[in-house]
Amino acid sequence: MYPASFKVFVPKSLDEALELLAKYGEEAKVLAGGHSLIPLMRLRLVKPKYVIYIGKIPGLSYIREEGGVIRIGAMTTHNEIEESQLLKEKNPLLSETASHIGDLQVRNMGTIGGSLAHADPAADYPAALTALEADVVLKSAKGERVLKVSDFIQGPYLTDLRPDELLVEVRVPVLSGAFGTSYKKLYFRAGDFAIVGVAALVELSPEGSFKRVRVALTGVGEKPVRARGVEEELEGKEASEEAIAKAAERAKEGLNPPSDIRASSEYRREMSVVLTRRALIEALRRARERLKSQ
Amino acid sequence: MARERRYIGKRIKRKEDPRLITGKGLYVDDIHLPGMVYAAFLRPPYAHARIKSIDTSKAEKIPGVIGVFTGEYFKDKVAPLTTAWALTNADLKPVKWPVVAYDKVRFTGDIVAVVVAEDPYTAYDALEAIEVEYEPLPVVVDVEEAVKPGAPQLHDEAPGNIAFKWTFRGGRDFDEVAKEADIIVKKRFINQRLIPSAMETRAAVASYNPATGELTVWVTSQNPHVHRLIMASVLGIPEHKLRVIAPDVGGGFGSKIPVYPGEVIVARLAMDLGRPVKWVETRRENFLGTIHGRDHVDYVEVAAKKNGEVLGVRVRTLANLGAYISTAAPGVPTILFGLMLSGPYKIKSVDVEVKGVLTNTTPVDAYRGAGRPEATYILERMMDIVARRLGMDPADVRRVNLIEKAPYTAVTGLTYDSGRYLEVFEKALKIAEYYKWREVQSEERRKGRLIGIGISSYIEMCGLAPSRIARATGFGLGLWESVLVRVHPTGKVSVYTGSHPHGQGEETSFAQIVAEELGIPIEDVEIVHGDTAQTPFGMGTYGSRTTPVGGAAVYRAVAKIKEKARKIAAALLEAREEDIEFSEGKFYVKGHPEKSVTFQDVALAAYTADKLPPDVEPGLEAIAFYDPENFTFPYGTHIAVVEVDPETFKVKILRYVAVDDAGVIINPLLAEGQVHGGVVQGIAQALYEYAVYDENGNLLTAGFNDYMIPTALDVPNIESYFEETPAPHNPLGAKGIGETGTIAATPAVVNAVLDALAHLGIEHIDMPLTPYRIWKALKEAGLLEKLKAGGE
Ligand SMILES: Cc1cc2nc3c(=O)[nH]c(=O)nc-3n(C[C@H](O)[C@H](O)[C@H](O)COP(=O)(O)OP(=O)(O)OC[C@H]3O[C@@H](n4cnc5c(N)ncnc54)[C@H](O)[C@@H]3O)c2cc1C
Repeated sequence: MYPASFKVFVPKSLDEALELLAKYGEEAKVLAGGHSLIPLMRLRLVKPKYVIYIGKIPGLSYIREEGGVIRIGAMTTHNEIEESQLLKEKNPLLSETASHIGDLQVRNMGTIGGSLAHADPAADYPAALTALEADVVLKSAKGERVLKVSDFIQGPYLTDLRPDELLVEVRVPVLSGAFGTSYKKLYFRAGDFAIVGVAALVELSPEGSFKRVRVALTGVGEKPVRARGVEEELEGKEASEEAIAKAAERAKEGLNPPSDIRASSEYRREMSVVLTRRALIEALRRARERLKSQ
Repeated sequence: MARERRYIGKRIKRKEDPRLITGKGLYVDDIHLPGMVYAAFLRPPYAHARIKSIDTSKAEKIPGVIGVFTGEYFKDKVAPLTTAWALTNADLKPVKWPVVAYDKVRFTGDIVAVVVAEDPYTAYDALEAIEVEYEPLPVVVDVEEAVKPGAPQLHDEAPGNIAFKWTFRGGRDFDEVAKEADIIVKKRFINQRLIPSAMETRAAVASYNPATGELTVWVTSQNPHVHRLIMASVLGIPEHKLRVIAPDVGGGFGSKIPVYPGEVIVARLAMDLGRPVKWVETRRENFLGTIHGRDHVDYVEVAAKKNGEVLGVRVRTLANLGAYISTAAPGVPTILFGLMLSGPYKIKSVDVEVKGVLTNTTPVDAYRGAGRPEATYILERMMDIVARRLGMDPADVRRVNLIEKAPYTAVTGLTYDSGRYLEVFEKALKIAEYYKWREVQSEERRKGRLIGIGISSYIEMCGLAPSRIARATGFGLGLWESVLVRVHPTGKVSVYTGSHPHGQGEETSFAQIVAEELGIPIEDVEIVHGDTAQTPFGMGTYGSRTTPVGGAAVYRAVAKIKEKARKIAAALLEAREEDIEFSEGKFYVKGHPEKSVTFQDVALAAYTADKLPPDVEPGLEAIAFYDPENFTFPYGTHIAVVEVDPETFKVKILRYVAVDDAGVIINPLLAEGQVHGGVVQGIAQALYEYAVYDENGNLLTAGFNDYMIPTALDVPNIESYFEETPAPHNPLGAKGIGETGTIAATPAVVNAVLDALAHLGIEHIDMPLTPYRIWKALKEAGLLEKLKAGGE
């Protein structure tokens, strides 16, 4: 598999990268971990004239708490997110989600910026980031934009990224209170993209009722889907597994998942319910533990 | 004389590992020759189409392109490929496979044009600049469709798309035994198409010396001598002017047995261009253009008595051959399948009819197990279904049917050499704690868990094969094996084998045999393989034949060495030959162990040649050609315990026990490796892998993202045990272990999954049993609600 010919730039600073993008953006592709871009280039499904490798730019890989949010640099690898102590404590949903991506080799190379910019409709992060109502930061020589992940991703392999922009940061909230999270992924073979992936966040009130519930699914539509019906059904109610089981049925409301050689749309719909229930039950258990220890 | 064995039966680490693990192997892609150029192949966007015109002018103008060659160029220069297994009494049609298509393309892996360029990137750029005008023709990918009247026709030579029709009847007439039966079970099974997926894709490099007329071809081959023989004839050059070298080969599983267009094309172009030409298959080409395996539709009828005794098996098979008849293809769904349809059981009637069917898909040929997994699957599924219908435990049905004693002549005419079929079966049940799991199953079912236990007992014809039998079936050559053992003056030994290990580890196991028999350190033995200019003619490595046939040849050649060495030792010790004993690498005079010479002393004397007895020639080497008297018959029982998620229907294997009797095990470490790999490939067929075509003949699973080979995380710990009943006719007592796992595992796992679901009233689901396919089958049978309600 031999890609068509291209020219490579290796900018050493963010400004240099943005300049290159301003100049060549229309005919260029940014290269991060390469785990989505390179296979496409080798199959000649993508033939960029220029490739701009951003791996040598200092300061694009970090996870830090700042101004009440956790900021994650675009070049941060899945593995770094999976292992981050900060995230494990303050936003475990994201590190749990990262641990389900591909295999270790993929997680050592792939980056959160690349995953979001690629916007595979079955990618794992988008479910978690949608449930977390996270932001992405986009930069160009002209300035900066901050968008909700759910607005940034527009469809399969389609985002609001402009040709001269670089995705530089992802921002997720610091979770607090009696919260619990869970990411459940149904795959047929280890390391594969999700047939259905469900990210759940539950926050309990001191009396033990559902204060806040967030559920988002991946693999079941053109872009990640918030299960608003499920959230509505539960919020304010007394927390119980029975309530979850009933509410989870609403996960399939309005869903029109794809059919492919692996599974039919209908199977994915049914599994959305099963995985939503399982994710919420686990999130609830974790929230209850936190409530107890607080 | 019974003595402690130093090498045979020992867990010796592979001699080839340091080389292969540290990246110091030499594969075809590692061959770099001065002036070498690169070939790339254009494959068609249609699975069936007439080529109306090809315009190569734009491609030719790209700088770095040396030439673009189409079917017209090759048509009269090289002969089309034909099969080498000319199945007899089957009306085999003379289907031809042009190395580059000129009138029609018949599958998306056909080659339409060849670009040769200074570098591979330019070659692939040029492919995009070739303009081909096609007239699309109707496509057929499914065997049941392909045999219908009015179906699209692939070849004029094969009307109705039937390449052959093979029938076999053994033992009593099926209809007659059916009259004595209490039940007749009829089933249609699909044995889905698999893609062998060796880690190294195929590749070839050819270099021609016009002054000597010698052509050297490096190729990914499991059988370099067979490659040479066939390629010499296709290219029309004398065999002695063609040298084929298969260096390190990264796995084959059967897919590197056939001779393909690729190697023939680069060979011819190297001759015409006067420069070495290299082609390395891309992974996508490997999916499209390298043979696939299995792909049967089997209509099966079984006649059984109330006590579980299976009297007869009748099978009508449509075997998908793909678009052309590959090198060994006709023998796989016939000889290697039909003759195994009585398995390890006392079945009284076997009645088989197989139609080889041509379709617009990748050619199908031998894939690990080749025919025997398909036969075992039918029998083992049927054993379970008979048990279910009769309300018996599947273990009891097998007990009633298993052969008690060997040798045993099956109704297929095969004589099973040795084995303790029932004993090994009972051992497997015991190790796997079969009856404990039955209790767990019923307890857990009450709690909503779905646990299933699957048994698979198999036997396989292996150690291919007595040449007279191979020839009688139409195989193009005998199936003996050869070895040249050369002892150097220092007593070090080089062994030149016609086999071609490509991952199995015979550089180690053959060295063990030599070191054991000559009493020398294993480090003193080197196994040389793969180069037709160095090794004697041999048939290659496939069908688990390398140890029982190639290994037996090693043993025989070493015996000749010992015989000559004894004569020389007698002269050195000034004793009579009859009085010379050999042990632990020393020759000594009977009763006088102090009067001895070492093997190394004898080796040197063979070359100094001044003290040889008058009738002994100088030098110390021997060649042996071993033609087996019979097949060998490995057998065993595998047991899988699985749990099926009652909502997603994902299957988890909780336990996997393999008890295999492959006769004498030369190296348990290597043998376990073969079982592990084989079982994983068997599990893969049961749960993961299938090649899917759309109705236009596009392969939808043409990459590892969609073609699901399982990973280490998907497979269980495999508990492998060996029983060792020697093959009585084999000098080593070895039977072959390369395919047992693949043969046994598939039905063990499928049986286990269906056992977990049996109480719902579902009898069969076709493979692979992916969560979705299980869900769909249950849904279509209206059983999902029943399961939710508790299953009873
Ligand atoms: C075998 C395998 C299994 C996988 N399994 C999963 C899985 O289970 N779940 C999952 O979610 N993903 C999976 N992936 C995808 C993986 O997570 C990729 O790493 C990820 O999608 C892309 O990240 P990358 O850094 O490799 O991006 P690249 O491949 O380098 O780039 C991908 C795209 O994003 C653009 N891009 C990259 N970085 C930026 C940036 N900072 N700003 C703007 N544009 C940018 C590129 O131009 C390109 O178009 C798998 C991949 C492989 C190869």
